[in-house]
Amino acid sequence: MSLEAVKIESKQKFIEIYQDNIDTLKNDAPEYINIARQKAFELFKNIGIPDKKNENYKYTDLNKEFDNGYKMYLSPKNIKFQINDIFRCDVPEINTKVILLLNGWYYDRENLITELPGGAIIGSFQKAAELYPDLVKKHFAQYADMEKEGMVALNTAFVKDGIFLYVPKDVLIEKPIQIINLLMDEEEGFTQHRNLFILEEGSQASVVVCDHTLSTPNFLTNSVSEIFVGQNAGFDYSRMQNEHNGSKQVSHLYFHQERDSRVNANTITLHGGLVRNNVHVLLNGEGCENNTYGLYLTDKGQHIDNYVFMDHAFPNCISNQLFKGVLDDFATGAFNGKVLVRKDAQKTKAFQANNNILLTDDADINTKPQLEIYADDVKCSHGATVGQLDEDAMFYLRARGIPKKEAKLLLMYAFANDVIKAIQVPALQDRIQDLVDKRLRGELSRCNSCQMHCC
Amino acid sequence: MEKDQDKILNEVTQGEYKYGFVSDIESESIPKGLNEDVVRLISQKKNEPEFMLEFRLKAFRHWQTMKMPQWAHLIVPKINYQDIIYYSAPKQKVLLDSLDDVDPELRATFDKLGIPLDEQKHLSGVAVDAVMDSVSVKTTFKENLAELGIIFCSFSEAVQEHPDLVKKYMGSVVPYTDNYFASLNSAVFSDGSFCFIPKSVRCPMELSTYFRINAANTGQFERTLIVAEDDSYVSYLEGCTAPRRDENQLHAAIVEIVANRNAEVKYSTVQNWYPGDKNGKGGIYNFVTKRGKCAGENSKISWTQVETGSAITWKYPSCILLGNNSIGEFYSVAVTNNHQQADTGTKMIHIGKNTKSIIVSKGISAGFSNNSYRGLVKVVKNATNARNFSQCDSLLLGDKCGAHTYPYIEVDNKDSIVEHEATTSKIGEDQIFYCNQRGIKTEDAIGLIVNGYAKEVLNKLPMEFAVEAQKLLQISLEGSVG
Repeated sequence: MSLEAVKIESKQKFIEIYQDNIDTLKNDAPEYINIARQKAFELFKNIGIPDKKNENYKYTDLNKEFDNGYKMYLSPKNIKFQINDIFRCDVPEINTKVILLLNGWYYDRENLITELPGGAIIGSFQKAAELYPDLVKKHFAQYADMEKEGMVALNTAFVKDGIFLYVPKDVLIEKPIQIINLLMDEEEGFTQHRNLFILEEGSQASVVVCDHTLSTPNFLTNSVSEIFVGQNAGFDYSRMQNEHNGSKQVSHLYFHQERDSRVNANTITLHGGLVRNNVHVLLNGEGCENNTYGLYLTDKGQHIDNYVFMDHAFPNCISNQLFKGVLDDFATGAFNGKVLVRKDAQKTKAFQANNNILLTDDADINTKPQLEIYADDVKCSHGATVGQLDEDAMFYLRARGIPKKEAKLLLMYAFANDVIKAIQVPALQDRIQDLVDKRLRGELSRCNSCQMHCC
Repeated sequence: MEKDQDKILNEVTQGEYKYGFVSDIESESIPKGLNEDVVRLISQKKNEPEFMLEFRLKAFRHWQTMKMPQWAHLIVPKINYQDIIYYSAPKQKVLLDSLDDVDPELRATFDKLGIPLDEQKHLSGVAVDAVMDSVSVKTTFKENLAELGIIFCSFSEAVQEHPDLVKKYMGSVVPYTDNYFASLNSAVFSDGSFCFIPKSVRCPMELSTYFRINAANTGQFERTLIVAEDDSYVSYLEGCTAPRRDENQLHAAIVEIVANRNAEVKYSTVQNWYPGDKNGKGGIYNFVTKRGKCAGENSKISWTQVETGSAITWKYPSCILLGNNSIGEFYSVAVTNNHQQADTGTKMIHIGKNTKSIIVSKGISAGFSNNSYRGLVKVVKNATNARNFSQCDSLLLGDKCGAHTYPYIEVDNKDSIVEHEATTSKIGEDQIFYCNQRGIKTEDAIGLIVNGYAKEVLNKLPMEFAVEAQKLLQISLEGSVG
């Protein structure tokens, strides 16, 4: 395992890194990946890192983040410790198949691919690209739009490792698969991992993703996940973001849903210096259902930006978006959700809501829920609110002898619960309820899941 | 029933434009094209003082550095700014002393439009400033208003007679650097209306401006400035029409409103520029900058608009809520038909404490049109206790049109409450069924539902205008409401 660290700054730097390390990058990767890589690089040269002039990044300046001198690894760094010793998941009674990604690399280097009962495959993306070229080729870089999104182009240009999941036709994976993204290093690092989840017709799976930082340096992550959900398949995606405040994360989820498929995506953001979540959903067949939910609880100088693009391309689909947030201290937040109903997507039902509570005068929130509708027989609505806790409810509780502080917590907890109760994995739901409760009380100042007590 | 409904909806889109005639009036124009000399020529023709020319030149120089904005959800064909006549005026002899001096053809034109230029015969109680091809032709009731100290005249007259006021307020709400079309207007505007309400005066009648584009190949660039001093009140109406022509004509106007302490200004528009024919040929490009400043405490500015015309509408009447306890309101009905495109909405900037704003926007799209609401509600940090409620509904009549909503909400403090809600739907079959069941024919039912849908906004219009607006809506519903 060789180590290649390169200092990076901005677009020009990336172009130089790419050109200098083209051989390392192309080595070990199959030809079809390198073709996509080259195409992505050309696109990135034109688009670059989105700045605030880009309407979709109006409220989040990524260029600023890239100016820091993060180091980037083009192959896995030698890991000197046993991660299992210092990390254990503390979700009680959660019975999951656990997969670890360390700094964007598949952790278990001895066992890169695991076959699950029924022919399902889970493992390293890099290895899968080599072992299952037909499968990967069919889906890789098909759903993530690198022509418009510079960050996706950047990820694709440097694509190396990540998670690969394949669920064959009519196979049901009962146990949730837990993917833990760990960031740990002595120096500041930039990681980009690439996930590919393929769910064939009639299959079903549930994935739980946890993001953690285990050491103090600042990290920058730019991840892309492409998720193909075949006809009548069901996919459940829950994510808990709990990184320290020095970390910056940009993530892209691309859901491609075929006819009659169902997807639930739930993102809970507890901590993170800068978090930008992009969710793109293409409802590519009739009868699809998509529920995309998000909860963000930010304080200090944190910044959270959720972007959702819901593309109703076919009739008779239903989509729900619900994003809720509580912003404390001088935290800043943004929500940008867009529903596009294409010309013939009649009988579409699309709902979109964003509710925010500001706790201080220094916190601010920018929200722009958008509807773009080209079909007439639809029911679409959206709503956004910014406000405080309901005074009447507060009075009700206080009149019953509940102290102000408790009453406030209770109301905030109730506010957040709309999103939490949508989590499909019961054990995880309980755990997140607990974490949110702690978080609101201000007790979750460190990631509870590790013993490093790093943040 | 589906088919029946389709047929009726089809008829809805066949409403004819009634104001498409051309009047044969001798007019004086300058050659096509735009450069510094043209700007100087306009200023010279209007016999303007030095500060006006300077203002124009600054604006023109700034405009040259700007690019046409692309962010709106509109497809705007390239506009050749050198192919437009920037000044065209109905030929006037000298100054008009009485109505008898007005060109009879011109009077006939305004009579046709139903505009009460002839004040003796019309006791409707509306003072009118009629603007044809960017030049004010006649202002009625001027003397009566002057007794109260109200100044209501054409912009050019105001420049001559009240230069101090013009100098003080012009550009104070919409600076010449504001945006592409505002800069263009600031450079070449030919006329418009000026209105000044002195302290503690409640304007006894509705003031009205009627804009008419007549000459071919001209652009219309007018500028309206309304100043309401402390404790005053005025209700202002604006209407517009244009002849039916195959080529597109450009209209880029500016409206500035200043409301001082306790003042209230109500601005209502019925915009009915020629929208182009059924195939999207011709029509007016309407790029308008309208902004009001609630400068004083407890001031209030209210925008009400009924937008039925123009091939392309780009218009965002806004309120800067600077004074504490000030209020901004925006009520809008936008109807797009055939190949019309509209991108309209508002901006409410809350700066003062306890400021309030309300936005009610109703979009109706039919045919192949696209209708967008785009609005910004911004609450700055010091604007504690700000309150906003926005409601944006879209109604789709047909499966080839589009309705879009782009709200922006930016809140920087914890005491403010901002709410936005929007729905998009078509007329429900159950609603039609309900009416049918009660013996109301499908076409009547559609009329009923659309009128009910727009009622909330139409109710906000002054009486005189509500009638016209309702008539306009009926034109587009012709054949379905009978």
